[in-house]
Amino acid sequence: MRRTVAALALLAALAAAPAALGSEAHPTLADLEDEVMCPVCNTPLEMSQSPAANRIRAFIRLRIDRGETKSEIKSQLVDEFGDGILAAPPKRGFNLLAWLLPLAGLLAAGVAVTLAARRWRSARDPAPAGPATNGRGPIDPDLERRLDEELARFDA
Amino acid sequence: MTGRTKLLLQAASVALVASLVALLAWQLATKDDGAGLVKAVKRGETPPAPPLALPRLDGDGEMSLASLRGKAVVVNFWASWCEPCKKEAPLLEQAWQENRADGLVVLGVDARDIRSDARTFARRYGITYPVLHDGPGSTLGHWGTTGFPETWWVDRQGRLVGYKEGQVTQEDLDRYNARALGSR
Repeated sequence: MRRTVAALALLAALAAAPAALGSEAHPTLADLEDEVMCPVCNTPLEMSQSPAANRIRAFIRLRIDRGETKSEIKSQLVDEFGDGILAAPPKRGFNLLAWLLPLAGLLAAGVAVTLAARRWRSARDPAPAGPATNGRGPIDPDLERRLDEELARFDA
Repeated sequence: MTGRTKLLLQAASVALVASLVALLAWQLATKDDGAGLVKAVKRGETPPAPPLALPRLDGDGEMSLASLRGKAVVVNFWASWCEPCKKEAPLLEQAWQENRADGLVVLGVDARDIRSDARTFARRYGITYPVLHDGPGSTLGHWGTTGFPETWWVDRQGRLVGYKEGQVTQEDLDRYNARALGSR
């Protein structure tokens, strides 16, 4: 089962890779519109029809026509408007926190859930105390002593 | 879980929450107070102008408002994609030409704009006064600028003496230029 899932995941990754590479080398306006913000309206470019957004679209189109890559175009936009033009913060410096904190939160939640589940399980199934008793309570020590004496007498 | 591990985890959680609270406090403390300036000037007060130091649009180094101390300054925030900015640009240029000998400087701040678009704009409208470029718009909050165009008048002592939200008119220029130039 695990092997099947891994094989399917690998196939999906291989199928998506050429599209991602194509989008990087030969981006369309749509490829960039959801990764770039409108600096005036603070919404993704694809959701804005403001004059500023339209000028940025023209800026992108011109560079697509020149054959520039997605990264090159985004880098030029950052040069013009700063990091704030990108919909996702760059993975460096203080902005790295925006990527790491949710992961750390997920990890902490996972650890907390695991610990809680363990505690709940151990509370529900107490460890067996002493030898098995066939579902009955432990034998009375006095009764056990007498039983041992009887058995010894019987053996003799 | 041992008591020590538990204590460590609790300490780490408290430290995390404390650092997030500190971050929030820092954000609030360093928040731009431009809106307060607008209100103050509208009440007739003359607060000191916020600092302004940016690269020039023509690429010829940096320029600051502080370097113009002793002159009256019209600080005009604009962008090439802004329609009213196109209409007021000739008026600002005329004000600069007519008053520069008296010590008035028009200082344009092109913000949230593409440099090449802004340079084309400046050529098209014959702008000869100095223009600074603020692509990310990092100065806007300090000056209370929420849209374009917006214009401030700074007197010779560096105090704000006038504010106009939207396109300036000749009447605005006459009134506030005189106020800014008035105090020597």
